[in-house]
Amino acid sequence: MMGIIKAKKLVHDYEKIGEDGQVEAVYRAVNGVDLDVKPGQFIAILGHNGSGKSTLAKHLNAILLPTEGTVWVDGMDTRDEEKLSRIRQTAGMVFQNPDNQIIATVVDEDVAFGPENMGIPTEEIVSRVEESLKTVGMWEYRDKSPNRLSGGQKQRVAIAGVVAMEPKCIVLDEPTAMLDPVGRREVIKAAQKLNREKGVTIVLITHYMEEVIEADHVIVMDQGKILMQGTPKEVFSQVDILKEHRLDVPQVTMLAHELKKKGLALPEGILTVRELADALEGLKK
Amino acid sequence: MIRDITIGQYYPADSVIHRLDPRTKLVGTLVYLISLFVFRSFAAYIVATIFLAGVITASKVPFKFMIKGLKAVFILLMITVVFNLFLTPGTPLFKIWKLTVTHEGVVQAVFMAIRLTYLIIGASVMTLTTTPNQLTDGMEKGLRPLNRIHVPVHEVAMMMSIALRFIPILLEETDKIMKAQMARGADFETGGLLKKAKSMVPLLVPLFISAFRRANDLAMAMEARGYHGGEGRTKMKPLRYQRRDHMAYLIMLIYLVAMYLAKRLAGF
Repeated sequence: MMGIIKAKKLVHDYEKIGEDGQVEAVYRAVNGVDLDVKPGQFIAILGHNGSGKSTLAKHLNAILLPTEGTVWVDGMDTRDEEKLSRIRQTAGMVFQNPDNQIIATVVDEDVAFGPENMGIPTEEIVSRVEESLKTVGMWEYRDKSPNRLSGGQKQRVAIAGVVAMEPKCIVLDEPTAMLDPVGRREVIKAAQKLNREKGVTIVLITHYMEEVIEADHVIVMDQGKILMQGTPKEVFSQVDILKEHRLDVPQVTMLAHELKKKGLALPEGILTVRELADALEGLKK
Repeated sequence: MIRDITIGQYYPADSVIHRLDPRTKLVGTLVYLISLFVFRSFAAYIVATIFLAGVITASKVPFKFMIKGLKAVFILLMITVVFNLFLTPGTPLFKIWKLTVTHEGVVQAVFMAIRLTYLIIGASVMTLTTTPNQLTDGMEKGLRPLNRIHVPVHEVAMMMSIALRFIPILLEETDKIMKAQMARGADFETGGLLKKAKSMVPLLVPLFISAFRRANDLAMAMEARGYHGGEGRTKMKPLRYQRRDHMAYLIMLIYLVAMYLAKRLAGF
């Protein structure tokens, strides 16, 4: 079975054009990335600023096209212009800044924007808007102005706007970077709910380690390349490599790692407070 | 001052006026504005006052929201009144220094004040009860015939609705930048006109940069959600005239007749 999103030897260069129209410098943001996302998976892509994770994300929805290599969305090559609108319906995208992606001045009209572009009949738009707003828990705010919502609420509206297009896959490009901790939790919960209840494939791009603990698969990027990947446990077992590349690990994992170095017989890759507590409990006995 | 402009500030409420078709409200506002200029008499303005009061009551929007819009144009209003008061030729009433106040001038000034006030309040009623999106929808549908002579109606409507959406955001941003620059010793208050204009530079440059960045982001978000112009687009809330709209047109007609009669029959 072919993955819902597949990338092969993906390369993307940003070109700096000088005043005379000549290419002055080339900056390689993504350098030979292979990706294979299975339907229904929750994938997290980690990396700090400049690691190429956002550039990669923008390829999954044909906003950027590869310089070299190929990206397929549900079997469609993103270079195929005729399939552009179908690609964008298949892989929806949520961006970082909640203010800059809300188009309409009322919540429900904004959620309707995507389906309206797809030319869906009125009655169906109404039911889709209702359903997607209820999924993210924003139905009570349907007739409010987005300006009066908190960051987390705005971001949930943006997610609803994508859900209303009924995509098979949603790419969230650092959706929590500009939010407070409460808003971050709201957004991640909404994404998890979509993944579990509706079987939507989620690709979450972030630099908050805590958000990836519950992902099925974690990809760590550094300097345009995939540094490592695996289950959260596998990735966070390698605390030293992560530290080497100036990446954080969840605090609990860090604590467990340090305790282990001091001689406690703890397993690697502890991700939650509960796990650590249980492991310590086990040591006492 | 700039924050007080109510245009683009929708006041959500459940009223007949809110539920009217935006086209009805647009035509209504236009008719009202024109009527203020065509029927120039105090009797007619009494009718206009009653009509406006009726609409405001029906809209369920608190009166203080309408007044907000007035604050912003207060200076303009005063200038107009003063100019009319002193510069209209006619029978002199009294003299202040070299300026003569005429009977016609007083009448003209009062008319002007009433007109401008009602004009602002009338337009505010429309913008307070209609979401900018409905408004642009109304324009888009009302002006669709212009499409045939290659006027990009949909694009213009889309631009307007986006502009309206970003006005409050950019205002907030201006406020933020201003405070940030003031914290670093920028002075926006003192000095002559030239100095004040110069002091705006550190405000405008970051504002412009941020506005372009936002525009870029928004364009990307719109594209990601499959926007490809007006062709083949459907609507969640398509505009259809209801019974209440027909009633509203009827009331408008009655209002016009009343205005006409008031001007012709009453002697003032």
